[in-house]
Parts: sequence; C-alpha cells; structure tokens
Amino acid sequence: MDTEAPLIDIRNLVKHFGSVIALSGVSLTVHRGEVMCLLGDNGAGKSTLIKTLAGVHRPTSGEFLVEGRPVAFASPRDALDAGIATVYQDLAMIPLMSVTRNFFMGREPVKGIWPFRNVDFDHCDEVTREEMHKIGIDVRDPHQAVGTLSGGERQCVAIARAVYFGAKVLILDEPTSALGVAQTSMVLKYIHQVRSKGLGVIFITHNVRHAYAVGDRFTVLNRGKTLGTYEKSQIQIDELQNLMAGGKELQAVSAELGGMV
Amino acid sequence: MVNTTQPTADLSPAPAVKKIQDERLREVSLLTKIMRRPELGALAGLVLVAIFFLSTADASMFTLAGIMNILSPASQLGILAIAAALLMIGGEFDLSIGSMVAFTGLIFGAFITLSGWSLPLAIAATLVVAAVLGGLNGQMVIRTRLPSFIVTLAFLFILRGLSLVGLKWATGGSTQMRGIGDQAGEGIIRELFSGNAFEGVFSWLAAHDVIAKFPNGTPTVTGMPVSIVWFIGFALVATWLLLRTRAGNWIFAAGGDANAARNSGVPVDRVKTALFMLTACAAALVAILTVLDAGSTDARRGFQKEFEAIIAAVIGGCLLTGGYGSAIGAFFGAIIFGMVSIGLTYTRFDSDWFQVFLGAMLLLAVLFNNFIRRKVTGER
Repeated sequence: MDTEAPLIDIRNLVKHFGSVIALSGVSLTVHRGEVMCLLGDNGAGKSTLIKTLAGVHRPTSGEFLVEGRPVAFASPRDALDAGIATVYQDLAMIPLMSVTRNFFMGREPVKGIWPFRNVDFDHCDEVTREEMHKIGIDVRDPHQAVGTLSGGERQCVAIARAVYFGAKVLILDEPTSALGVAQTSMVLKYIHQVRSKGLGVIFITHNVRHAYAVGDRFTVLNRGKTLGTYEKSQIQIDELQNLMAGGKELQAVSAELGGMV
Repeated sequence: MVNTTQPTADLSPAPAVKKIQDERLREVSLLTKIMRRPELGALAGLVLVAIFFLSTADASMFTLAGIMNILSPASQLGILAIAAALLMIGGEFDLSIGSMVAFTGLIFGAFITLSGWSLPLAIAATLVVAAVLGGLNGQMVIRTRLPSFIVTLAFLFILRGLSLVGLKWATGGSTQMRGIGDQAGEGIIRELFSGNAFEGVFSWLAAHDVIAKFPNGTPTVTGMPVSIVWFIGFALVATWLLLRTRAGNWIFAAGGDANAARNSGVPVDRVKTALFMLTACAAALVAILTVLDAGSTDARRGFQKEFEAIIAAVIGGCLLTGGYGSAIGAFFGAIIFGMVSIGLTYTRFDSDWFQVFLGAMLLLAVLFNNFIRRKVTGER
C-alpha cells in the first residue's frame, strides 16, 4: 500500500436518526486510482453512508478524513469543494433541461460585470460537446434535453461532469441498477477509464457481478456495520455474494433455484 | 467502443452527399429548434386570436388607440404573469398575488395619506413590505414542505381579509381609500409610475403625420401608459435573467428537480424564496401603478388576478410541474388576455364569452404544453 494518505478514510462512523441507528461503526478507505465497491443489501446503510460522505448528513460520531485531514461538511457544496462528487442513481440530471445546462448546473461560468453577468453558454456548449465526445457519447446537439438521452448515457454525463469539475473521489450510487446489459457495460467501461485517471471511486451496488467486474476492493455492509474489506485476490465472487446476503439462506435458495441468485 | 446508438425518429432519406460527420449526428432541423421554444404556443395563440379579431372586430380595434386599450390591462396582468411564470418555472405557485395587489395597494395608500410620506419613500416602503410578505410565503413553503398551493391559498384569504379590515379601519368604515393621487405630489418619480411615457415621441410622430391627431395638432394618443413600459421592460429583463444568467439556470434547476439541483450545489431554497419575494414585489408594483392611476384604492383590487396570471403563464408555455416555461411566453399570454377581454367589446359578441374563452384557452394550452414536453424530452 502506498504511503500517501488515502483520499477518504473513515473510522467508526456512527449516524443516528433519532432512535434509529443507521450506521453503527463503519470504517472504509479509498485510495487514488482504485475502485472500492460498497456492497450491502437493502437497509444495510449504504445510502446513509454515502449521504454522509456527500455532506447531506452529518455523522453523529466517528472520524472522517479527506486526504489525511479531518473534515466536517455542512452541505453538499462543501463536499464538492473538497473534491467528493456524488452521482446519484436517479437524481443526477434534470430531464427537461439541456445537456449543457445540466452539465454546468451549479457551476456556471460567468463573464461580464455584475449585475450584467452572463453565463458563457458558448464556452459551455463547446466543453459539453468535447467532454461527451471523449466518453464516446455523441451529443447530437448540446441543447437537446437530457430526457432524450438513454439511462446509461445520463449516468456517463453525470460522471463526466464530476470528473470535469475536478472530483478526486467519485461516489456512484447504484449507477447500473436500472440499466440494460449494453448500457451497463458502457458505464462499467467508463468507471474503469475514470480509475485509470487516478481518481478514487466508491461504487455502490448490490449486483456482485457488476462490482466484481471493475472493483479492486470490496467492503461489505450489513445492518449499519462493516462486515469486512477484501482485496479482489482474497475473495471469490460467490463468497462475496453470500457475505452480502448475510449467510446461508441465500445459498439454500440459490441451490433450490438451480443457480446463482 | 460500446455502441449505444439511440434509435432516432429520423425518417428522412440519408443525403447522397458523403458526410464526414458521424452518422449519428443528426442535423437539428429548424422545426425542432422552434418546437423547443416554450413560448411557441403563446405566439401561435396570439396570431390566431389576432386573426379572429381582424376578421370579426371593428377596424378601430387595431388603431393605435385601440392597441393601447388592449395593452393597458394586458400590462397590469402581464407584470403579474411574468413573475408568476418565473415562480412556476421555479416549481412553486403563488395564489396570493391578487390579494397582495389589494393589500400592498392599501399599505401604499396608507403610507401616502395617513403617514403623509413622500412618494419615493412610500414606494420603497411598500416594496419592502411586499418583499417581506413574499419571503414569509417562501419560508413557510420551504420549512413546512407543504405544497405552495395550500400555503399561498391561505395567504389569498388572509391578505384579502386584512385589506378589507384595514381599509375600513383606515377610512372609518369605507372599503375605498380616496385622495392618494392628490397627496402623492408631482415629480420625476410620479412620472415613472403614472401617466404616459414617450409623449414627446408621440407628438413628433403626430406632427409628421405618422399617427392620428386632432385638428389642433395634439395626437389622439398622447403617449404610452407607463404600465406598458414597465411590462415590456420586465419581460425583457426576466427573459435575459432566465436564459442568460446563472440565476436563470438555477430557477430551471430548482423547478425541474429540487433534489438534483441541491445535489449539484444549487441553493434551491434561496432561489425559491427570492422568487416568492419577486412575485410579491411585482404585485406591489401593479398596486402602485394602478393606485396612482386611479388615485384611490379599494378592497377588490387585484380580485382573481392570481388565476389570470397563472393562466397567462400556462398559455405562455409554463408547465404546472415546474422546470419549463418562458417569461416572453407569459408576456404573449397576457397580451392574448388583454386582446380578448377588450376585443370582444369591438365585436358583436357578448363580452361574457370572455370567461368561456379563458377556460378553453387554458385547457388547450395545457394539452399543447404536455405534448411539447413529450417532444422535448423524448418521453414516450
């Protein structure tokens, strides 16, 4: 393992919502140029964890270090400024708005003197077209509404946006769960590409195959706790699946159905 | 490369000339570009309505005097409608704007007649009161997470009731407050908010026989009512704001999907609060303009204007669900309104057909908007 501080290092993170204990001690690290897969069944605390990392929630207790420095985010904006970008499964883009407007949403470059400052839409269009071209999506027209893009394309646009704006860590919330096969491979391929640029990726999914396809390390969450973190070399895909589902029952069901669930 | 060609609805035969461009890069046709503009429906509606009146109404409707007659009520409604459109694009409603006109009219009148304040001070203070009330509306909606429909419906009655009670209290039992115009005084500020603009231009045009004049040489229309100037100015500023500025992008984002916007770092709550304040200030501006014009105010001022403003905004292409629409559309929507409400008196039709027209137009506009939205987003 390299000597530099991990991009994200959380230790014993705890989050309570009133009497509900959503996270009861989660630890996780993400390094440069690796894809860390966060696995867990429904209710394991994945959403709470990423929302905490993204600055939506504040942790009740525990340590949260970004590049070795402790942080306390007050809003998603703070997390963004610290280089942590989150791409939510279905909340990433606004379908009625154009690709350009979505791409620069919240970070519009302006020119001119206040109060007559305009958004530099020519520049925006150009950048959008270029960035889309890099990831192999031909935006037929950057003014077209995002609603006309496919699900996979939307995810890729959202990821490209985060990368363009200098994210160091990408948190991808189930980017593939609503996609077909071709679309999924498009997104997975892009995740691979982002990793090779030296970004850290947290890939949340409950699809073990998708995780195993691009992941370097796997952290399994269960009932608000980390069950463990495994290198890809340490664990097989079916072990991972069992761990995630929390034990024997799934194996039994799996055998009954004559294959892997 | 993963091939993810989207099936496109391009049915035109491929051009014979060899193109270096990617075959998936479809030329954006002019038609598609036009269809993407939300104000298309309003513009088409305006043309249809104009054609209707050109063929049925008395020719005097389309003289300069007639057009000023149409634009005058359209401008008052239009200022409200443009603000309502911005708010609707931002994803919220304000049903209290009509009552806000009455209430801020009363406040303004009281500042002038009871407090004896100067006109500039009274105008500034009225706008501040409106901004505070608008901000209150916005904060209530944001903090309670109740639909703005309900919160502002409550304010519709609260403000209307307060206007009645306040008027009776201030005038000793009457629901009308008189003498505001006389006490407001003269001066440059007065001219900004009442009377006609461009009188010099109109005289010059009359002198050069461009527009009609009386035998003694004064033009039949001495100028453009200032409310029309405000209306046009507001439409231009609002359009620039929406289409060219950062705030505009935030308004679309806040209305399109507040969560996605928030996640992208858009200060959604601030945007919405500002929009509620703007809407209230637009109502106050209409109140000031109309009160100075009439010289008095009464409790029925702005009655049902909230519905008319929302209808004009919807005719102008605003979606009820937010995130889509245009200020210039609301501008056209308000002109359609003025043209029909005034225009019917130039025809042999009963002017009560206006209400029927209103409902029909709203229904048509909503259907058309939904159709356009599907086209724009490719929803099936």
